[in-house]
Amino acid sequence: MIEFEHVTKKYGNVIALDDVSISLEKGKIIGVLGANGSGKSTFLKLIAGLVFPTKGKVLVDGMEVTRNISSKVAYLSELDVYYDSFMVQDMLEFYASQFSDFRTEKAYDILEFMEIQPDKKLRQLSKGGRGRAKIAFTLAREAPILLMDEPLSGLDPMVRESIVKGLISFVDLERQTIVMTTHEIDEVEPLLDEAIFLRDGKVAERVRVDELRETSRDSVVNRLKKIYKGEERR
Amino acid sequence: MVEEFDTTKPIYIQIMEKINKKIVRNEWKAGDKLPSVREMAVQTGVNPNTIQRTYSELERMGIVETRRGQGTFVTENVEVIERLREQLKRDIVADFIRNMTELGFTMNDIIASLKDFSRGEDGEKQ
Repeated sequence: MIEFEHVTKKYGNVIALDDVSISLEKGKIIGVLGANGSGKSTFLKLIAGLVFPTKGKVLVDGMEVTRNISSKVAYLSELDVYYDSFMVQDMLEFYASQFSDFRTEKAYDILEFMEIQPDKKLRQLSKGGRGRAKIAFTLAREAPILLMDEPLSGLDPMVRESIVKGLISFVDLERQTIVMTTHEIDEVEPLLDEAIFLRDGKVAERVRVDELRETSRDSVVNRLKKIYKGEERR
Repeated sequence: MVEEFDTTKPIYIQIMEKINKKIVRNEWKAGDKLPSVREMAVQTGVNPNTIQRTYSELERMGIVETRRGQGTFVTENVEVIERLREQLKRDIVADFIRNMTELGFTMNDIIASLKDFSRGEDGEKQ
């Protein structure tokens, strides 16, 4: 369970999140959607304990988030950060040394599923290869919360499909919750239980994807467009 | 390949419809085992929670049954499958008639056009 209680986050004078209160249930795949600069990455970083609220509280399982939250929360960054000399398996060992919930065998299974060779250097992999390797490192942790910042962005359709399928194959929704940001909404929609739409640092709307289709006959993409068009008219 | 879905209908219902068609076509026979929730989720590129909902709904309708520790199976009750077949047929016919009526055709027009069409099809085969 993840709770935001009146959370505001400012970077200097810039407001990234503005008095957000929301709680996220366990065992779901939740999409955090919105335009660039709407506060999506900040939302994830607050859960990951990488940044802290200017005002308000973020709680995970009832505990206020500190840096120690990394034992419960796996975070997949939008950035590619790695040592130049590292092979995939070196990175895997590094993760294993940092996180007690890291399952090395599972990591190798995921790499195999995604067709990544463990003895390749990370810098020799294509962008798509690194995107998949990063997913493997994240999914190999048995952390109750997996956060993924733009796991599909800038990757070709085949790689995106392989990531989506890898995710479905290896996540354990009886024990884990995934919160991901993405612009590839069309592709990710069948994966989502819920979508949270952010606009200007506020939660514009929150929907259960099946209900949205059932009651409004609307897809998540259309809904997002409507939310943003509504703003233009103002 | 990950499947495409109609954006105006819940995904769990669309998957239900696909499974129903497979059963009615006898592609999945009475007593056959369905893919596991996880397998089905990976095949379709859909959230496992959604597939679980599809299976629960099919079970509620008596079309499949879950056996503890063994998986989910197409019902062996052929009457249920026959009813499902009739239901799908009625749905499609009702849809067709509604579309035709909206265009202003009467029931007699519709029946005549079906006979025509059917003769045409036979003609093509010969």
